[in-house]
Amino acid sequence: MALTADEVRHIARLARVALSEDEVERMREQLSGILDQFAVLNDIDTEGVPPTAQSLDLANVERADEPRPSASTEDVLANAPRREDDYIRVRAVLDT
Amino acid sequence: MPDIDLDVTAHEHATRLRAGDYSARALAEATLVRVRAQEPALNAYITLTEERALAQADAADVRLRAGDGGPLTGVPIAVKDLLCTSGVRTTAGSHMLETFVPFYDATVVERLDAAGAVTVGKANLDEFAMGSSTEFSAFGPTHNPWALDRVPGGSSGGSAATVAARGVPLAIGTDTGGSIRQPAALCGILGLKPTYGRVSRFGVVAFASSLEQVGPFGRDAEDVARLLGVIAGPDERDATTAPLPVPDYTADFGRGLAGLRVGVPQQFLERGLGPGVREAVEEAIGVFEREGAIVDRSVTLPSADAALAVYYLIAPSEASANLARYDGVKYGFSFRDGSSVEEEMAETRSRGFGSEVKRRIMLGTYALSAGYYDAYYLKAQKVRTTITREFEAAFADHDLILTPTAPTTAFRLGEKLADPYAMYLNDLFTIPVNIGGNPAISVPCGFAEGLPVGLHLIAPHFQEGALLRAAHAYGSLTDWHTRRPHRIPAA
Repeated sequence: MALTADEVRHIARLARVALSEDEVERMREQLSGILDQFAVLNDIDTEGVPPTAQSLDLANVERADEPRPSASTEDVLANAPRREDDYIRVRAVLDT
Repeated sequence: MPDIDLDVTAHEHATRLRAGDYSARALAEATLVRVRAQEPALNAYITLTEERALAQADAADVRLRAGDGGPLTGVPIAVKDLLCTSGVRTTAGSHMLETFVPFYDATVVERLDAAGAVTVGKANLDEFAMGSSTEFSAFGPTHNPWALDRVPGGSSGGSAATVAARGVPLAIGTDTGGSIRQPAALCGILGLKPTYGRVSRFGVVAFASSLEQVGPFGRDAEDVARLLGVIAGPDERDATTAPLPVPDYTADFGRGLAGLRVGVPQQFLERGLGPGVREAVEEAIGVFEREGAIVDRSVTLPSADAALAVYYLIAPSEASANLARYDGVKYGFSFRDGSSVEEEMAETRSRGFGSEVKRRIMLGTYALSAGYYDAYYLKAQKVRTTITREFEAAFADHDLILTPTAPTTAFRLGEKLADPYAMYLNDLFTIPVNIGGNPAISVPCGFAEGLPVGLHLIAPHFQEGALLRAAHAYGSLTDWHTRRPHRIPAA
């Protein structure tokens, strides 16, 4: 399964990863090679087989809904790249 | 300072600490001296946590003097730098988190601390645990103590290397597709991946949430059993932990190998093995047979060959979602010189992530994208069911399944970097186990051309005790696990 350069650029855009033209070509080659290996899955008949999302036989685990202390503002903001007062500063998303 | 033998196991240290032969403080100081001396050759750690270690050692000494010590009290340990440590930077081996300092401990770190263990440092790993050689660390590769020009395996390569080099007796790793067992094999020590749900993942930097588990490294079965006993068990902060009590994992020690029904799938012995690997594993099978185990070579796992493809669809898909959080806004590396939000985000991720991480994000994004979801991701999840059912069928009349841990011994640094798929093949035997959620252990079983070979034992869900019983029995009949590499640095 050979990917095109445009497909690689499209995936990179979806994943929000900037790629140089060299990286697009390298990624195109490597991902195409890896996708070729996945053909082996087509040899396995999965008609009527349900998908498995996780291997544990557990569902809807709940705990008591009790108020408890949460992280402090200082703790949460300590690693923020851009801070202003008690806020994380981000670039404007919309043009004004 | 008392003369301390740093080559002994954790349980031997525990005995000597309780007897007052030396203090936890003295042991921590001696350990830090050795680990520091080894670092120029090994690069097994990203961060050494001397201050934390000495404080923990002093607290352990108070407990020991009061006669309140458990099996880990005062015992040095290394923790893979994928587990959050309060106040100590946690990098995940990535430039993205180079300066990230969590404000809380992972549950496993909390339990180690409560048990009195002394954390000497945060061990090196492939970036975000994606890799099989520790070469994808943003902090440089770790070197294999048996041959410094070779890889220690990965992704938990730093944890395995420091235990093998007798820097520390114990370490914590994580295993998503073999990241504990393969480095244990390549470094000649023991490493156990618990059943999915046995150990809390709270505070572990997420890679592939449905596959990964935290687990122990050690140099004998008793140490691995005791460390697992401390870290295992339900955690209300991780809803995927099983609500099952934690047994005494040493309870079946002494029962030997007699009567164990061991399945050996021939498909894992017949092709693609490096020189000497099959011979070492066959010799180990001979030990099992002589001791009365019932070895059955007719067992098959017909779809296991597809496990690699299943893994490289499911794990990158989960990774592409888990790693979406690294956007340069809340924490981590942030590129700020772009002209738009989108450009800054894309540049943050391009510069913050290394090549293998970007490759997997791209792969996962593709597998989940419109038009390909059914053909790739959903198909992989269905084959996952098929592989799980085959394990269940095999365990209907076997107690353990036995294979080599890895197809080859430790390879040279750089040897597989250019070919991602060649690197992925390292995990051919370990990956099916993560797909099924089973527990498995790697145990040293010999050498090929001077490099360690690992024996891989797989058990039904929550039968870690059976793995450790067999590992203990095998270890009492052979001495492979006691072999050590040359001193580092050469004295």
